[in-house]
Amino acid sequence: MNWSEFFAMNGYAFYVWGSYGVAVAVFAVEILMVRHRRKQTLRNLRLMRDEMGESA
Amino acid sequence: MAINWFKYSAPTTFYGLAGKLIPFFAWPAAILFVIGLYIGFFVAPTDAVQSEAYRIMFIHVPSSILSMFIYLIMAGYAALGLIFNTRLSSMMAQALAPTGALFAFISLWTGALWGKPMWGAWWVWDARLTSELILLFLYLGFIALQASIEDPRRADRASALLAIVGSVNVPIIYFSVKWWNTLHQGSSIKFSGTTMHIAMQQAMFSILIACWLYVIAMSLARVRSIILEREANTTWVNGLKEVRS
Repeated sequence: MNWSEFFAMNGYAFYVWGSYGVAVAVFAVEILMVRHRRKQTLRNLRLMRDEMGESA
Repeated sequence: MAINWFKYSAPTTFYGLAGKLIPFFAWPAAILFVIGLYIGFFVAPTDAVQSEAYRIMFIHVPSSILSMFIYLIMAGYAALGLIFNTRLSSMMAQALAPTGALFAFISLWTGALWGKPMWGAWWVWDARLTSELILLFLYLGFIALQASIEDPRRADRASALLAIVGSVNVPIIYFSVKWWNTLHQGSSIKFSGTTMHIAMQQAMFSILIACWLYVIAMSLARVRSIILEREANTTWVNGLKEVRS
């Protein structure tokens, strides 16, 4: 079996790669979103703490 | 064994523990996923009936199973939070919901891409597919309800009720192929065993376990942010080195 045959998936390329492609993309986006949320949370916490520190 | 389990039910200690545990779930998840894909695409033979299209099964079945399991675990945590008023359980339920919704989405998406070449339709209003779609809406409803109520503890209680009531949908999804005459094929894995080729089983179980570990890693990572948000302005949060810097 060569690579072009492999990617062709016997005519089902769109369905097979469409399934795995979207699944992997969903995982990647979720990982990025969780990382982003952590960064944002830490940033907000620092802001809140600094504001509290100024008013005290 | 003198492990004080209650110690870790406090958000303060669980925050640190979760951070340490994440890599132990994330890395095996990535490795098993690659192994599963390798077996699924290079070892498992072509199917006599469905040709190469059947390979969608290796992602479709694990994500469908997980979309149901995650819901039950989410509802379980939500119920614990409601009954025992434990904050961390409610936070875990909140952390699991987005991942569960994504698995329900992947299940529906890969199902549509599998249904088109096999049944000739992307979608049919059949019992299995419709109940899975309802599962996705239950996840989204849980997330929306949680987000719409300002007071987190009230949000926890309201969304817990939704999660608990919605859990009746899970056995409906599972047994739908038995109870109703559906287009969807029967379960690939039954309690009585399976008739699948050994390499197909290996591919599917590798990806199933990989997805499980992924879910644990993601929910632990997400719950850490939830803990920090809810415990903002407490001494322990402000004392954390990642907040101090």
